Parts: sequence; structure tokens; C-alpha cells
Amino acid sequence: MKRDLAAELRRPSALSERAGKLVFSLCAAASLVTTGGIVAVLLHQTIGFLQAVPFTRLLTDTHWTPLFAEPRFGLWPLLCGTLLTTGIAMMVAIPCGVLAAIYLSELAGERQRRIVKPLVELLAGIPTLIYGYFALSLVTPALQQIIPGLSGFNALSAGSVMGLMLLPVVASLSEDALSAVPTGLREASHALGVRRTATIFRVVIPSASPGIAAAVLLAASRALGATMIVAIAAGQQPQLTLDPRDSVETMTTYIAQVSLGDIPTGTLEYRTIFAVGLCLFMMTLVLNVIAHRLRRRIHRQERP
Amino acid sequence: MSALESEIDPDATPEPKLQISHLDAYFNDRHVVRDITLSVPQRRVTAIIGPSGCGKSTFLRCLNRMHEHVPGARARGAVMLDGVDVYHPSINPARLRRHVGMVFQKPNPFPTMSIRDNVLAGHRLNGTHVDAPGELVERCLRQVALWDEVKDRLGRPGVSLSSGQQQRLCMARVLAVEPEVILLDEPSSALDPIATAHIEELIEELKERYTLVLVTHNLQQAARVSDYMAFFYLGNLVEFDRTDVIFTNPKESRTEDYLTGKFG
Repeated sequence: MKRDLAAELRRPSALSERAGKLVFSLCAAASLVTTGGIVAVLLHQTIGFLQAVPFTRLLTDTHWTPLFAEPRFGLWPLLCGTLLTTGIAMMVAIPCGVLAAIYLSELAGERQRRIVKPLVELLAGIPTLIYGYFALSLVTPALQQIIPGLSGFNALSAGSVMGLMLLPVVASLSEDALSAVPTGLREASHALGVRRTATIFRVVIPSASPGIAAAVLLAASRALGATMIVAIAAGQQPQLTLDPRDSVETMTTYIAQVSLGDIPTGTLEYRTIFAVGLCLFMMTLVLNVIAHRLRRRIHRQERP
Repeated sequence: MSALESEIDPDATPEPKLQISHLDAYFNDRHVVRDITLSVPQRRVTAIIGPSGCGKSTFLRCLNRMHEHVPGARARGAVMLDGVDVYHPSINPARLRRHVGMVFQKPNPFPTMSIRDNVLAGHRLNGTHVDAPGELVERCLRQVALWDEVKDRLGRPGVSLSSGQQQRLCMARVLAVEPEVILLDEPSSALDPIATAHIEELIEELKERYTLVLVTHNLQQAARVSDYMAFFYLGNLVEFDRTDVIFTNPKESRTEDYLTGKFG
């Protein structure tokens, strides 16, 4: 039987190929359109808000009480609350995460690695709500035993539990960065008679530092945007304080609080959440962009 | 002195620097180096040749215990450095490697360090004091004939150099810790012919002061630079002798077959 080579080689019909391409590109566009829409809504509402409340008042006032009879719109209390919980979270997540990454990448044997790595990553799969209750009902009472005067809702407990939540983010991405360091560098160091700890801390980690920095920044941007833990365990009182024992309200908590309430749409109170949201979005955007650049730099390094 | 004497009397057998006896090496269950007994003469170049997978690199890495960093690798037997068994439990492998340095196939300067810091890396990372770091850097870079090319940019990253220059930088880095033995694991196989020629010249010069062991795929290179030669096949040492003897009058037919290209 004569084979039909022409039929075998025939390209798929132009129509089906184009339809397929369209479906794929629409899916890809969906995320782009969503981001664009969110930015547009945030900007639109924020501009409306700024027409009523000038930008300088946001920065000069020290109280945030938009729902009171005499509203005040100082952004600092929310900003402080967010930065405080984020800072505490990072103080837990960075050392624990990086040390866990060093253990996984440099010290653990193949068998330990296969067991420990999934366990660490399991932490990332726990719903944030559960972390929140863990902070409120377990960590806070425990901390109250040690620290007198710790209020029931406080930044310390919420922040440190958030740090635990972010540990796998830091650990997993840092471990990727450490594993990407060429074996040749470790060998060069060992061959010069350098001990293992010095090799890890002075050869491997410096080479992986852009990747570790990217991991830290991504975790920080997650901490800024985290809502559930701080809403449950840090309280809802906007206070201008950097005392970790105090109750604070973060930007995310405020947005959640107002969104769940019965503020009528279109009012100034309603618009506050968009202004706060835009502020939050810009902070995380900056962190994400820096992290992205760092990661791109590593990928360039890997391909000489 | 002894280097000079050897020029006068090439038949004089130099003192052994390394004495390897009954060395076996394994990767898990694979027996890759089999019962090797061999003496590496002092201040000479000893080449290890053989087809891929014959265990020559593993053998080399056993000499400064670098193979221990490969998971599942172990070795048995004795390697005596000036009469001291480097596998004795009291030996610190990190200290040993300051006496038995190593240059790898792929140039691997530290990417986060400048040219200067790469040369000083052994001292800096070990926390040993250097009296005159500037002089040490210049001396080591001169030894590898890199000084004139890089003296105006010592602060630039080591990885900004060409790969041939990087490999010479790696050799300078090894020289800076003042080893007695230098192990070279196919040091020019990733380099172009001109850079290779530079490395070979360098090996010739270094043997006046150091004992060198060179693993190479390149038979011409082994013929050009080595004084002694060991032919490995399937983990066994087939023949070890002076290079000129091996090339002109091999005792084993397998050596002759390999050298004449009948297999390998």
C-alpha cells in the first residue's frame, strides 16, 4: 500500500489552530485584565477620596478614626500596625527560614531531605484562619505567662505566628537559591582546606544571596498583605505604637472590618478602604518588583 | 636543588612524595578504584591516563580526601604524604588539603570575590593571617603568568576574566596557600588550545617547586608535560613508569593498545 506522505505531513487546519491559540491567549489575558481592573478601581476610588481628604492630612494626622462622628484620616496608625506585625513576622521567618534552607541544602542527607522538605512545605498549606486561632488561643496565653501586661490582642503573637506561616516561603525559595550554587564552588572551597561552616557562610550563602533576598522580599510582601492572622489575633484598634505588646490594627484588618460592615457604597468611609488598599498594593508591588529583578539576575547567572 | 640535579641526571629516581598502597574506592556498591599501589615522585609531574570511567579522577580525589564530599563515596587503603597516613583517624581532611591542593576541570573562581580576594581566599576563609597580602597576590599571580594581564584590575570580579585566565587564577589561589602537592583534574579540558598551552607551560614551571599529579584525557599533553605516567583501566593500575619508557617501550600490551588508539 502506498503511504500518503502528503496527508501525514499536512498541518492542522488554520481555523482550529487559531481557535486554540485564542483560548490560550484569553486565559493568559484574564490575569492581566483582572490586575488592570483592580488598579483602575483602586485609582478611581482613591482619587475620589483624595478630593475630599487632601493627601497631606493622611500624612500629618496621627489618628485613624474615619468611622467616628468627627472622622480623622491619619494613615500612620494603620501603617505602623502593618509594619510592626510584618517586622515581627520577618524576625521569625528570616532566621528560621534561612537556617532551615541551609540545613536542607547543605547539611541534610538525601533521606532526611526527602522527609523534612515536604513537612516544611506542609506549613504553607495550613489555612491562615487556623494560624489566626492558633495565635489567639495558644500563643497569646503562652506569651502572657512570660510577658506581663501583654494584651489579649497583640502584635507580638500575631506577628510571630505569621512568621511561622512564612517560614516555608523563605525556606523553600532560599533552598532553591542555595541548591543553584554550583557544586564546583563548594569543591573549590573544600580543596583550599576551608572548613564546612566557613564554606557555607562565606562561599555558598554569598553566592546565593540575591536568591535569598528575593525569598525574603516575597515573604515580606506576603506578610504585608496577610489578613486573617492579624484580624483575629492583633486586634482592631488603630494605634500609633511600635510596642509589640499592644493591640494594633493593620491596613488589611481595617479593609476587612469595613468591607464586612454596613458602610453604604460611595460614601467617604467606603472610599477609605480603596485608598488604604492602593497604599498596600503599592507597597507589595515594589517588593515584588525588586524580588522579581533579583530572581531574574540569578537566572542570568546560571546561564553563563 | 633536586630539580637541577634531575636536569643533569634524568635517570635518578626522586624521593617519593606520596606513597599509595592498596587503595580501593567505592561509590556505594561500585568498586571504581581497585587495589592501587603507586609512588608519586617528588617535584615531578605524574600523569594519570586512561579511558573515561577508568577511575582516574576518583583516584586523584582520594589523594586529598575530596571524594569524601560525594555522597556514598568511601575509600580504603593507605595514602602516605611524607610518611604520614592521610587516612589516619587523627587527620583533619581540611588541614590536609592545605598541603595537597587541587585544580578542577572547570575553572571555578568565587563569583562574589574580586581577583585579589580570589587569590587570598584560602587564607581569608581559613582565618589565617597574611603578613603582606599585596605581595602574596602579586607573587602568586606572577607564578601563573597572570600578573601583567590583571594588575590594573585586581578589584574586578574573578569571573570577569576569560576561562583560560580564570583557570590560571584558580591555580594562583591554590599556590597562595603554599601546598606541597598540587592535584590537577583535567585542568585544560575546558580551555581553548592557546589557554591550554599556557597551562602546560605553567605545569612545567611549577614542578621545580611542587609535586604535581595530572589527570588528563589528552595523551599528547601527558607526553609533553609529564615525567611519570600511570595508565588506569577499569579501576586498575595497568602500568606505571617513566613517561618516555611508557611511550617507547610499554610492558603491557593494553598500554600499547591504548596509546596507539586501538581502544579508549
